[in-house]
Amino acid sequence: MNILFNYLIFPGFIFSICAGLMAGWVDRKVTARLQYRQGPPLLQNFWDIIKLFGKETIVPAQARATFLFCPYLGLVSAGLVAALLGRVIILPMESFIGDLIVVLYLLMIPAIALILGASSSRNPLASVGASREMKLVLSYELPFILSIIVVIIKSGGVIQLGQILDHQALSGSNILSLSGGLAFFVAIFCMQAKLGYAPFEISEAEQEIMGGVLIEYSGLPLAVFKLTKVVLLYTLPLLLVVLFLGKDLSWWLIILKYIALLVVIILIKNTNPRLRIDQAMRFFWRIPTLLAVIAVALAILGF
Amino acid sequence: MSFKIKALTKSIWVFHASAGSCNNCDIEILDCLTPRFDLERFGIQLIGSVRHADALLVTGAMSRKSVPRLKKIYEQAPKPCVVIAVGTCACSQHMFKDSYHVMEPLDKILPVDLYIPGCPPKPEAMIAGIVKLVAKLRKIK
Repeated sequence: MNILFNYLIFPGFIFSICAGLMAGWVDRKVTARLQYRQGPPLLQNFWDIIKLFGKETIVPAQARATFLFCPYLGLVSAGLVAALLGRVIILPMESFIGDLIVVLYLLMIPAIALILGASSSRNPLASVGASREMKLVLSYELPFILSIIVVIIKSGGVIQLGQILDHQALSGSNILSLSGGLAFFVAIFCMQAKLGYAPFEISEAEQEIMGGVLIEYSGLPLAVFKLTKVVLLYTLPLLLVVLFLGKDLSWWLIILKYIALLVVIILIKNTNPRLRIDQAMRFFWRIPTLLAVIAVALAILGF
Repeated sequence: MSFKIKALTKSIWVFHASAGSCNNCDIEILDCLTPRFDLERFGIQLIGSVRHADALLVTGAMSRKSVPRLKKIYEQAPKPCVVIAVGTCACSQHMFKDSYHVMEPLDKILPVDLYIPGCPPKPEAMIAGIVKLVAKLRKIK
């Protein structure tokens, strides 16, 4: 009963969707203000989702069965990560061994769901989008995992989120050390790519491939994909807060740190044009991977 | 008024189809998204794929080549979907009425919900038209 409540309502689905939709509104509003526009009203993102629920769902004639199944796969795993992270923050002692690894795997599933769904829609532009998304996953996963390995090394080889929080409560946030700071810097770029925001919105580039991976989706499945993205917007900054800024986690400090990370995301999004896929791969495999390797070496040496 | 229609009027995603226009209306449509007019205030967005669209915005004089494609695009849009004719060309074919390359005005091809005449219509005229469309949609259902 308690597990279901946690999964479906409080740190899980309903809460993360509401928080993510509000964060999405902040994103749109700040973007609008940066461009000297007025921006959408407060509940705009909620209305968007409600409207999509009421629209007709069109399934292309030759689409595979996975076309309708994939959106839910992504949302379920993203919601599970939100529930796990919320539980860890509320009760650090109750986490289980290896939940960091579980979170890492679950965070990969939304991207895989997007690739599967797009390639089962039989649309040429969607398959271009799917191939770009695949390459993007290949390029950002390595530095992301390396930067998390830094955190694991810093906290003495534990793979349990609760113990990582404990370690930071005792000896200061991970970001304050040299290797932790480098890893955090790398993780921010990887987060941007995982969220699919500019400059890494290559897979759904509206102006060149018309929505790319999402091109054939309409109505309910499209709403579910949007919700997956929204839950990720809530989850990923929170994961970075837990991993790198976890010294003092009273509720208002969490909100403050989350908003700070959100502002960083919005600023990167608004000041960078979209990269080509080869530029993105080159970027990720050169600078962030190199920095992450250096950070791992520094962490082993104890800096 | 059903909840579905209310949500639709609060967030209209527009797909822009140009059926042989001279590009002037298209430029004015993009002007609606600039800081001065900012249609995102009303939740209106231009989107790339017709599968996401709530409104099909058609400009141009319906040339012979574009009409079958326009019909196809309308069939691909998920319903409920409104059709907006922007510019005098789309409303009534304007000075191309007896020309060899145009077929018939938009309302003979698709069920048009809103006409915005003008050559090109001002962004203010388009915003006024959209306000009227929202009022009309809320009244009928």
